[in-house]
Amino acid sequence: MTDIHKREVDTLSGVETTGHEWDGLKELNNPLPKWWLYIFYASIVWAIGYWVAYPSWPLVSSYTAGLLGNSQRDDAMAALEAGRAARAEIGTKLIDASLTDITGTPALLDFAMANGRAAFGDNCAACHGSGGTGFVGFPNLQDDSWIWGGTLDDIHTTLKYGIRSGHPDTRSGEMPAYGRDGLLEKDQITQVANFVASRNGLETEAGVDLAAGETIYQENCAACHGEDLKGQREVGAPNLLATNFLFGKSLAAIKAQINNPRAGVMPAWEGRLDPATVKSLAVYVHSFGGGE
Amino acid sequence: MRVEPDAAVGGNEPEEWFASAKKIYPMATHGTFRRIKWAILFVTLGIYYFLPFIRWDRGPNAPDQAVLIDLEGRRAYFFFIEIWPQEVYYLTGLLIVAALTLFLMNAVAGRIWCGYLCPQTVWTDLFLWVESKIEGDRRDRIALDNAPMSLSKLCKRVAKHTSWLMIAWWTGGAWVLYFSDAPTLVYELATFQAPWAAYLWIGILTTTTYLLAGFMREQVCIYMCPWPRIQAALTDEKALNVTYRWDRGEPRGPLKRNKELADQGLPAGDCIDCAQCFHVCPTGVDIRNGLQLDCIQCGLCIDACDNVMTKVGKPTGLIGYDTDENIQRRLDGKDPIYEIVRPRTVIYAVLIALVGAIMLYALLSRDFSGISAVHDRNPIFVVQNDGSIRNGYTVRLMNKRNFERSFLVNIEGLPTGTRIEAIGIDHYFEGRPYVVVGPDQTREIRVLVYSPTGAQMPSSTPITFRLTDTVMGEVTTTKGFFKAP
Repeated sequence: MTDIHKREVDTLSGVETTGHEWDGLKELNNPLPKWWLYIFYASIVWAIGYWVAYPSWPLVSSYTAGLLGNSQRDDAMAALEAGRAARAEIGTKLIDASLTDITGTPALLDFAMANGRAAFGDNCAACHGSGGTGFVGFPNLQDDSWIWGGTLDDIHTTLKYGIRSGHPDTRSGEMPAYGRDGLLEKDQITQVANFVASRNGLETEAGVDLAAGETIYQENCAACHGEDLKGQREVGAPNLLATNFLFGKSLAAIKAQINNPRAGVMPAWEGRLDPATVKSLAVYVHSFGGGE
Repeated sequence: MRVEPDAAVGGNEPEEWFASAKKIYPMATHGTFRRIKWAILFVTLGIYYFLPFIRWDRGPNAPDQAVLIDLEGRRAYFFFIEIWPQEVYYLTGLLIVAALTLFLMNAVAGRIWCGYLCPQTVWTDLFLWVESKIEGDRRDRIALDNAPMSLSKLCKRVAKHTSWLMIAWWTGGAWVLYFSDAPTLVYELATFQAPWAAYLWIGILTTTTYLLAGFMREQVCIYMCPWPRIQAALTDEKALNVTYRWDRGEPRGPLKRNKELADQGLPAGDCIDCAQCFHVCPTGVDIRNGLQLDCIQCGLCIDACDNVMTKVGKPTGLIGYDTDENIQRRLDGKDPIYEIVRPRTVIYAVLIALVGAIMLYALLSRDFSGISAVHDRNPIFVVQNDGSIRNGYTVRLMNKRNFERSFLVNIEGLPTGTRIEAIGIDHYFEGRPYVVVGPDQTREIRVLVYSPTGAQMPSSTPITFRLTDTVMGEVTTTKGFFKAP
């Protein structure tokens, strides 16, 4: 080791060495620039101030809250509240306006569409799909087949009270279980199912008496689905000549439905969503284009 | 393996091996090029600092600032031109023209951009002027730097840095005025009501101006700027550069000695080795070593040398804008030539004119309305109960005029019997939606298109959306597709 008090200057670079030497290589003493060090020291001071001012140390069941009482959760809640307040004014306008007023006023329509799009994604897309095209058992909101009606008011009512939701004003329709409850014989179900299928241009089973099927239809089904098969919205009886069938458009699906009908449930959104959002949803779903 | 000390040392001299940047103390000078530099400084900084205050009446619905980049309203205004975000490609054109202009300048006279127009040069020049007014010229400044701290030194230092910071602050202040109504923003800044972003940007530009023009100066040109490297590859021997005419100057020597040599018929140059040329140089270059990367071609050494030559009674122009080619020609006994017009400069000029013409044409022929249509992704199409097929589109209409206009939206390319419906639109003219768009605004509508019942549609049909102004008849179109099973 070189004597610590003796400064050794490297001849090549003119820089003082640290006195460390490895295999003949000497380490030059090039200290960090002063400005760099001062920023480093300032950072340390800053960090100490930060510990004191802001939440920093985790404790066993809590944490040090800091002198400023800062909380990101509170900030987020305040931001949410501010957002709500900002929307409150136009939200009130939305509640006051009739559904047709909303579609006729560009400013309200823009807001309702944006609000409806967001609410649809959060609340409706899980069943009806993000594009509103539905799945088997969950109605397609894009086409023009409506079981309970597709006007703005119809959609609004469905949204508000739901379907078989348990709400006192809910829409509710019940189809008898012709097979399970023994109301029709198995042959009769085959005949009536083939009749409905034939009217929809689906392939029918060979040797089935379609005329008998029609008779069975008129005696048992026409009361709700209509003599012309076009359904009846007052009782939620679907149009049996629609492009899409809720539970599948095939002979097997028709048979299954007559035999042991399924009935979907849609929740009532009144009380779950605020009235402005329900209205926005009605406008948004109507704008899909299948609305009447 | 052990390296023997002798083998490791090698033969390099320390100063070649490493040298930290030396502080440069440019001396003040006067002359033609100094005057040109002052004139350019006044004009460019004058434009920069005061342009935002020029008013321009655009009618009731638009800001009345001549040059304004309205980030919040997504508009840029340049006198009579209004640029929408979709038209940012004009910026591309401007950048191409700027690059080509730089190349043309370079082909004509080397790095004159660096010497006269570059912001780094202009602000450094201004800062140097302030420095010399407070601390004195080169010799005084060197003495001051070496002097121990005293009250007078402290006062000068404080005065200098305060002045620098004021200029830097004003530079940042002028910058933010381009992004907001200038008089309003000045008032808001003064009363501490301006948006935080304004203060932030003033802070950033104050800091960068102060550091770059006050401290880094020539180091920006030598170490940070890419242009000297690119420039060196773009120049040729016919470009005018600040040149030491060594054929006339060498061998250099003191005035008296060289006179004696000349009297004896021995070779003697005009350069009296007075060092004025590199004392005035803002980048510390000795131009007598020839053209070099550090030289920004500002011409101050020409002024300094000319002043000295006049004093010693010799012709001026020992240093001047000249070409490498001419030195060789003079040595060969030929007359110097100056070829400003040559293929390289002509090509650059033609390209600049071409791009400029294209931009001008695009600007003059641009539409004042616009349409864009986005096809629904989910679902791509919907089959209706009557067998017709429906496609949905989000259509955005643009009105770039500052008054309300009404448009008809039509779709071409589909069989007759096609029906168009627009959500929220009550008025139709011959089956086409009639849409009103407010002044200088866009409006988004949802358009549903139904194919005729029973029509056999291919899986994809190209269609055209046509937007027609109902009053002026201006037509804009956009392409789209109609999808079917």
